[in-house]
Amino acid sequence: MVVLKDLSTEELFASGHRLCAGCGEGIINRMTLKALRGPTIIVAATGCSEVATTIYPYTSWCLPWVHVAFENAAAVASGIEVAYKAMAKRGAWNKHVDVIAMAGDGGTYDIGIQALSGALERGHDFLYICLDNEAYMNTGIQRSGATPRGADTTTSPAGSVIPGKPEWKKDLISICAAHGIEYVATASPAYWNDYITKVRKGIEVNGPAVIDVLSPCPLGWRHDSALSIQLVRLAVETRYFPVYEVEKGKYKLNFTVPKPKPVEEFLKAQGRFAHLFKPTYRKDVIDEIQKNVDNNWNRIQKLSTQN
Amino acid sequence: MTIVGLTGDEAVAYAVKQSKVDVVAAYPITPQTIMVERFSKYVADGEVQTEYVCVESEHSALSACVGASLTGARVFTATASQGLALMHEMLYIASGLRCPIVMGVANRALSAPINIHGDQSDMMGSRDSGWIQVYVENAQEAYDWTLQAFKLAEDGDVQLPVSVNLDGFILSHSMEGVDVLEDAVVSRFLQLRKPVFRLDPDKPITVGALCLTDYYYEFKRQQVEAMLQVPKVLDNVNREFGSFTGRNYGVLEAFGMEDAEAALLCLGSTAGTAKAVAKKLREQGKKVGVIKLWLYRPFPIEAVVAATKRLKALAVLDKAVSFGAPYGALCSDVISVLHAQHVRPHVFNVVYGLGGRDIEPSDIESVFEEALRIAETGAVKESVMFLGVRE
Amino acid sequence: MTAEEKKKGWKSLPMGAVVLEPGSSLKYKTGDWRAFRPVVDREKCVNCLICWICCPDAAIVRKEKWVEVNYDYCKGCGICAKECPKEAIKMTEEQK
Repeated sequence: MVVLKDLSTEELFASGHRLCAGCGEGIINRMTLKALRGPTIIVAATGCSEVATTIYPYTSWCLPWVHVAFENAAAVASGIEVAYKAMAKRGAWNKHVDVIAMAGDGGTYDIGIQALSGALERGHDFLYICLDNEAYMNTGIQRSGATPRGADTTTSPAGSVIPGKPEWKKDLISICAAHGIEYVATASPAYWNDYITKVRKGIEVNGPAVIDVLSPCPLGWRHDSALSIQLVRLAVETRYFPVYEVEKGKYKLNFTVPKPKPVEEFLKAQGRFAHLFKPTYRKDVIDEIQKNVDNNWNRIQKLSTQN
Repeated sequence: MTIVGLTGDEAVAYAVKQSKVDVVAAYPITPQTIMVERFSKYVADGEVQTEYVCVESEHSALSACVGASLTGARVFTATASQGLALMHEMLYIASGLRCPIVMGVANRALSAPINIHGDQSDMMGSRDSGWIQVYVENAQEAYDWTLQAFKLAEDGDVQLPVSVNLDGFILSHSMEGVDVLEDAVVSRFLQLRKPVFRLDPDKPITVGALCLTDYYYEFKRQQVEAMLQVPKVLDNVNREFGSFTGRNYGVLEAFGMEDAEAALLCLGSTAGTAKAVAKKLREQGKKVGVIKLWLYRPFPIEAVVAATKRLKALAVLDKAVSFGAPYGALCSDVISVLHAQHVRPHVFNVVYGLGGRDIEPSDIESVFEEALRIAETGAVKESVMFLGVRE
Repeated sequence: MTAEEKKKGWKSLPMGAVVLEPGSSLKYKTGDWRAFRPVVDREKCVNCLICWICCPDAAIVRKEKWVEVNYDYCKGCGICAKECPKEAIKMTEEQK
């Protein structure tokens, strides 16, 4: 149980970065660094966080941080993890170093899936956090494999014929769980206790761990910057984004959301779904989305009870 | 002196074994596979303490190597052809982040069409990536240059990755007697890496920042400077290696150049054939010579100018094609350097060996004959010859 | 806004574009991004620290019994005001 007063006031993620006002990644970075247990190295993929927080000669990071490319955070993290093992073998290093890879949904679901899969299969001891704002936000809001059905992005625009992205969001958790790793989880920064606990849990796992954390994006989701946290709370309250863990293959819903709000409330609050309401109320798409939310929830719930 | 029968690939793996490499992350591809397989056996038999990562692609291989190198570890990888092409993006990143990685490349033709045999198109396609590039003639050189590569790469004035290139199949899979050093001698030559900067929790730094229009250029200029320092540093490395082994390397090897009027310039194993043919022709009284570059990047301008000063004709052999370019890559470099220095033997380009097309002594002899003809008449018939292709 | 330091040349810049100073972004004040500024009512603040943990810019500063805003960096996103369970933070228009 995380008590806010007990969290360190040390800001290892410093102010002065140039993430948008209200950016979920800024919040997530801060929360992540409150969960550390010792010497840690951050490996970042190309993306909003990487770009906005390390504009030379400025850096917001007060711990070792490295960015190499877009699709290889997991591979770079693998190299760092084994290098420290090698150096420990020859007595050049005697403390354990935690390695945390942080990548967007672009660098994870799509271009980064290969490196992630390889690293999970090889069993490296690292935590992989996907900052999931559900599109390639840094390059201007293009669709990713994590973009939900019906969302308006620049490469899946809501047009007169096609109402936003036709495909459904890729199931990253199942993919990661299929690798047989010890810990996979989703999280929402609206539930900081749950997220920070999970980060620490992921760090403490001896082996790979993956957390997919929903990151609100005022620009890409098109909402008032003040509503960032409220929206990712609503995402959970509508069961749109189930918050659950898969620990050693056992599923567990962390928030059972006994009285779910209709997903329409979540959709209505964001400009990226505005075309589902105006000029025509697209009941067909909204119903489809609700059905998918229900089916997905039932699937996870069933898996949770099968333990 | 210990002679071990080793193929080119095995010789590289042997050198890596002795170099106390911390991390090897590699993906197999013909004809580099023997390097990684042999090394895997060393790991499995406990002959090395190296952390060996069987990554899932070449792009991840170099990515993992960059990560490892940035922690201050000594790192090696190997690839060829399509693998090198797949990690192309990472080549520039490795040099831009100043990682002294050593990579063995068993040069193989690039698709398409797919071909697994030896030519130099793979590394030639990446010659601008900021890597130091060395080409070896035989398994002995593959062994010797791998050891020297670590020392060169890790020098504080250099801090650039090095590729050691050996002709696919011709060298990678041919067994030769290699004079290997004792482990203790290698340890004296190659000491512990001293990184200029590293990812260290006690001294947090940010690596890989975004450099906008106001900073990017300066860091590229730093890389240019590092390349310019290479000949001086390499000279020291070669001298020290020579003191341990009696084998003295440099940026190039000149054979018969003291009185040659016509010469052949090339990279890699073909130099061996060329020297044998040149020897035969010289015994007939023909004034021919061979220039073999060991160092291709940075291009050894002064040494090439000096070596070609008295020539009347020079055949530059390219084992790769640069489509749409006036000459092959190597020939372009040679011509531009000679032009700038006002040294003017007549130069003609010979493209050969593509896709592992065999080159025989008789082929080399015809090149020398053409060069001698040009030396006498001053008339270049064809500026680019395609040797060995069926019309 | 940070004062423009004279930019270094390639000879004196650290090798490889490495940033040697952790947290150097503190020199870059993002406070002038704001159109609205959060104002904390100390009477209403119960020091629950929810605003502190939710601020993307670490612009909420923990004091002994309440929180304060670091206006050097606050971008005026309004999350703190929205999330405060006691409505102790009000977004007010920046003075010109």
